[in-house]
Formats: sequence, structure tokens, C-alpha cells
Amino acid sequence: MDLTFSQDELEFRDELREWLAANSPGEEPRGDEDAIFAFRTSWQRSLYDSGWAAVHWPQEYGGRDATLMESAIFFEEMGRAGAPLPANVLGLLLAGPTIMAWGTPEQKDRYLTPILSAEEIWCQGFSEPEAGSDLAAVKTRAVRDGDDWIVTGQKVWTSGAQYSKWCMLVARTDPEASKHKGLSYFLMDMEQEAVQVRPLVQITGEAEFNELFIEEARIPHENMLGEEGNGWIVALTTLMNERSGLGFFLQVRLRQLLDKLVAEAVANGSIDDPVIGQALGDMLERTETLRLTAYRGLSTIMKYGQPGPEGSLTKWLWSETNQMMTQLAVEIVGPQALHKDNPWAYELLRARGNSIEGGTTEILKNIIAERVMGLPRK
Amino acid sequence: MEFDFSEDQHEIKRTAKDLLAKRSTAERVRSAAESGAYEESLWNELAEHGWPGVAISEEGGGGGLGVLELATLLEESGYALANSPFLASAACGLAIQEAGSDEQKSEWLPKLASGEATGSFGIDTQTFPDVVDSDVIVVVEAGGSRAGLVATADAVVKEFETIDPTRRYGEVGRGEGSDPMPGDASAALSLAAVLTSAELVGVCARVLEMTVEYVKDRKQFGRPVGSFQAVQHRCAQMLLHTEGARSVTYYAAWAADADRSLLEEAAALAKSSASKAGVEVTASAIQAHGGIGFTWEADVHWFYKRAQMDAAYLGGTKTHRAKLTQLAAAASASR
Repeated sequence: MDLTFSQDELEFRDELREWLAANSPGEEPRGDEDAIFAFRTSWQRSLYDSGWAAVHWPQEYGGRDATLMESAIFFEEMGRAGAPLPANVLGLLLAGPTIMAWGTPEQKDRYLTPILSAEEIWCQGFSEPEAGSDLAAVKTRAVRDGDDWIVTGQKVWTSGAQYSKWCMLVARTDPEASKHKGLSYFLMDMEQEAVQVRPLVQITGEAEFNELFIEEARIPHENMLGEEGNGWIVALTTLMNERSGLGFFLQVRLRQLLDKLVAEAVANGSIDDPVIGQALGDMLERTETLRLTAYRGLSTIMKYGQPGPEGSLTKWLWSETNQMMTQLAVEIVGPQALHKDNPWAYELLRARGNSIEGGTTEILKNIIAERVMGLPRK
Repeated sequence: MEFDFSEDQHEIKRTAKDLLAKRSTAERVRSAAESGAYEESLWNELAEHGWPGVAISEEGGGGGLGVLELATLLEESGYALANSPFLASAACGLAIQEAGSDEQKSEWLPKLASGEATGSFGIDTQTFPDVVDSDVIVVVEAGGSRAGLVATADAVVKEFETIDPTRRYGEVGRGEGSDPMPGDASAALSLAAVLTSAELVGVCARVLEMTVEYVKDRKQFGRPVGSFQAVQHRCAQMLLHTEGARSVTYYAAWAADADRSLLEEAAALAKSSASKAGVEVTASAIQAHGGIGFTWEADVHWFYKRAQMDAAYLGGTKTHRAKLTQLAAAASASR
């Protein structure tokens, strides 16, 4: 057991730190989505120009062949430096690795570089109004028409759709086949009349997400990823990539938030209240547990090639802790924490989404019980 | 970074599990608990395998391995709920190694390492596990800054019954000619907290396994109760507690060996988390077992009782959370 970084890992981290110190993106604009997107695009270009856009990608596709540990370090350092996520985060983390795993040589040639450079932004068209946690229930239909597929349906929670050139789309190509088997995975061009994007305003007042209305959109057959009817398996590749790396970014952000809260409690003296002290102690315990469990999970995957029981727990622990911590902040900071422009007010509201996005806590618990602990399904 | 045991450490853990599966069966735990007497032969066997001295230096007559190796043995000991003075004696040995004078070390470490003598460790006026039949006691002053050593023969020791009959507990009379220890008592306290946390992790892991087996097997309404989401989510919560406590306890044991500057905070983290896990997971195990879980006949209550005692020993969740906050506040103020 060695919980210090190796020489290689330290060199990787120091090189990145040095680069970040010299290339700080500055303060992200608030509120205005277009300005935020422009800011994150220019941030990704800057990463791309220096070869930092996708450290976890293989070198042949423009990455650095980073180990899982280096990739975790990358996201930790980004979080620590207060850097934003790159504009094309879904392309880099989800679309790219899925195309690498399932794409034809032509597809890899066509799509990977513009993902890296943020020339083409990607969104994820999985969830539907009737298919949230139950992803295999997607109703969006794709019907073959010569060399094309004609797609009709509705998607929801597609973040960044208004800026996207491409969409990772799961649609039903065989309504007769059983639920999981009738699905196929498409790379859909968003720049067509048949695809309408409507922003979905969330409880923070922002519109990170969108609804997608698809009315007879055309997708050439060559834009199918993987075989026809294989969409569920391809989608699982995407979903498995969803949490890797990003978890370390969120974990560091949580720690920064906690440090800020402790500083606030020291400054206003509330830390001397034993009840507040206990609540903060709970947050300190949870935040460290999250960090250490995330590293333990990563070590298990690197050493044994598959996750251990601890790997399924971190997203749940993170979302619960972020919600508790932002609630505690209201107590410590007082009612002004809820003033519209107070950063804690935003954090409090945004945290409500944490236990829903990327798998609700209830579904995660089902998965842990059934797949990790082997409890019987009905 | 590699957050996993080495091959040797895995081997130590596996061997310990196999040994205790044979030597500390549920029947033997029960018979020791009900008779109030340990089986001498188990301690002798553990001593033959070098358990008591595993983390005592070779110079002190021990195996010269680390706190991490010792923690893996304690985890397995908790898993098997072994009836032996292993935890108390190991904590006493580490305390003397950490804070004792040269004379204290040369007098006691070889005997503790061989298992010929046993020790106990505790905070003044509080509970001392396995103190009555021990040979030497380390008493830490409340507040944790100083410690003294006393031969059990020279101390006024009183045994009392607790809710946990799987282990024997007692108290040590005040100021009975104890010999001051010159070293860092707070480090000794941290080490003992880490060892107790390791035992708690083992307790949690075992009752979780028992619970999962039980809810797979037990049928109501024509289906296994483990197929009901309410039960499933309870089990998932037990896993989260157990694995979280495991992460921080291994970290603290590693810090004890590799980076002492992290030990104080890491030990508070481990004891806070493992105490919470121990109490929650064993209580949840009783609930998931239903009516049978509340009976003397089922074995879950032994684990619940041990977890309660371990959680309270050297301070529980709230004590150690307060410590975490205090350390974070100090770090914040100095930033």
C-alpha cells in the first residue's frame, strides 16, 4: 500500500500545475449561458493547443495515454485550480471513448479530432420523458429508408444541445424485438430543421439542459455506431465512462466548498457552537471518506481490471454530502446565504439535482444491492 | 499510488481469516460469551503465529512489521469476534513502543511480543478491555497528553460486566504507583484508535455478510425479503458505511507507518467513521433479521454488543468529529 503519488505521477502533476499556473483561464462569467459556453470553448482550445484536452485518450488520437491515476490527477488539479470544465466535456469523456471502442476506422477519422479541438460539440440523447432511470424503455423510433434512417421522438436532459453539432442518440430500430435488443446507437447531426432544441429551465433559473424534439430527422446509415440492434451495449460503454475522472473533479470541488465553509464558521465564530462543530465534523469525515474511497476504487480497477464493491458508492456519497453541506451552509452563513446572488444559494439549489443526474440515488442503491451484493430481483 | 494491500499483506489477511474460521467459530464465540471465560488455547495459538508482536520491532522481540499488518489481523479478529485479549494487548504494546522509556520497553516489549504477557490500554477512569488477567497496563490521562505504565499486580483493578460478554472489561484505580512514560501519549492514543477501528471494520464486514445471506434466504409473501427494495436499500447503506470505514481505517493505518504527520487527523477520521459504521451496521443487521435478530439465539447481537463497546472505547463518533473540526479550524486559521 502506498498512498503517495509515484515519481511519474508527481511529474505529471507538476507539469500540469506549472501549465495551469501560466495559463489560468480566469474567472468564469456567471448567469449568461452563451458567455459561459464561449468561455469554456476558449478554455478547451487552450488545453488542446498544449495537448491537455484529453489526457486519458490514446496518443494516436491526440491524448497522452494517461493512466487512470493520472487522469484522476488531471481532474483533481483542474478542480483545485478552479478551472471550468471544457466546453465539449461530453465529447471528451463520453462520445470519444465510445467511438474509439465501437467506431469504424472512418468514424474515428471523422469525429475524434474535432471533439478534441472543440470544433464540434457533442450532446447525449439517451433520456426521454418516459425513459429516465429505465433507459431501455426509449420510444424514439428509427425507420430505415434506403441509405438513411428516419428518426422521430423526444429526448430530455440533453445538456449543451443548443451548442452541439452531434448527438449520441439511442433509438429503437426494431419495435418487435425485446426491450433491450431493439435499440441502435446513432451519431445524429443536430444541424437540421427536423431537430428542435428547447431549453429546459431548471430550479436554479439556468438552462443547462434541453428538450430535443425530433420530427423525421435523417441519419445516414454510416452514422450508426456499432451494429444494428446493438445500441444497448454501445450505450453501456458510454454510461461506464460517465463517472470516470469527473468524480475526482467533483470531489475536489466539494473539498473546496467545505474549506470555504469552515473558514466562514471560523470567521463568524459559529465553529465554537458544538452543534455546528459536530455537523462540520460529519462533513469533514464524509469528504475525506469520499476522496479515499475514490482512490481505493481506482486502485482496484487499475490492479484487477474491474471495480470492487467500493466503486459503486462514490457518486451516492458525493451527492448526499454536497446536499447536506450546502444545507449546513445556510445555517452557518445565515439567511443571507439565500440571497439571490449569494454563491451558496446557487450551490444549494444546484445540489438538488446531484442525486438525480447520472443515476438517481434510488437506482444506485438498487444496483448496489442487486449487482454488488447479489440480492435477488423480484 | 496503490491503495491496496501488497501480496504479502493479502496473504497475512487470508491466513488469519482461515485460521479464525476454524478456531473461532460461532459456537466457540457463543460458548466463551456464555461461560465468561476465554479459551486459553486460542491465545496460545495466535501467539505461536506471532500475532501479538507483529508490529513490535525486531529489537523489541516482535515481527517488525507495520501497523497496517497489525490492522489486517485485528480486522479478521473482529470479523471472527475472536475471544482473546489481542486488541488490548496490541494497543498496550504499541503504546509502550511509542511512548515508553528504554527500561519500560526492554522490560515489557519482548514479553508482550511473544504473548507470554498481555497488556491493557485505556484512558484514566474509563474502560480497560481485558485488564483483569493482564500483566501490564498503560493508562492515558484524560486529555491525552501524558501516560503512565503500571504492572497489573501493583494496580487496583476491578472487573465489571458490560453488555458485551464476548470480551472482559474492567477499570483501573487512580494513581496506583504508575510509572510515567516519557514519550508522546497522544500518538499512542491515535494508534489504539486505529486498531479499534480495524476491529470495527471486521465486525461490520461480518454482520453485513450474515445479513445478506439471511435476507436472500428468508421468505415472506412468497419471495425472499432481500428482493424488497426497502431491505435492499438498507443493505446498500450498510455497505456504504462498511466500505467508507474501511477506506479511512486503512488510510490511518498506512499513515501510522508511512507519514506520522497525518496520523492524528487520520486516526480521528478512522475512529469517527468506524464507530458510526459499527453502531449503524450492527443495528441494521438486527433489524434486517427481523424478530429472530432480537433473540439471544441468533448470533447478530454479539456483534452489536462488541460494536457498541468498541465505538465507545477511546471516544466515539462525536468525540472524534469534534477533533476533526478542531483540526480543520486550526488549519483554516493558519491559512
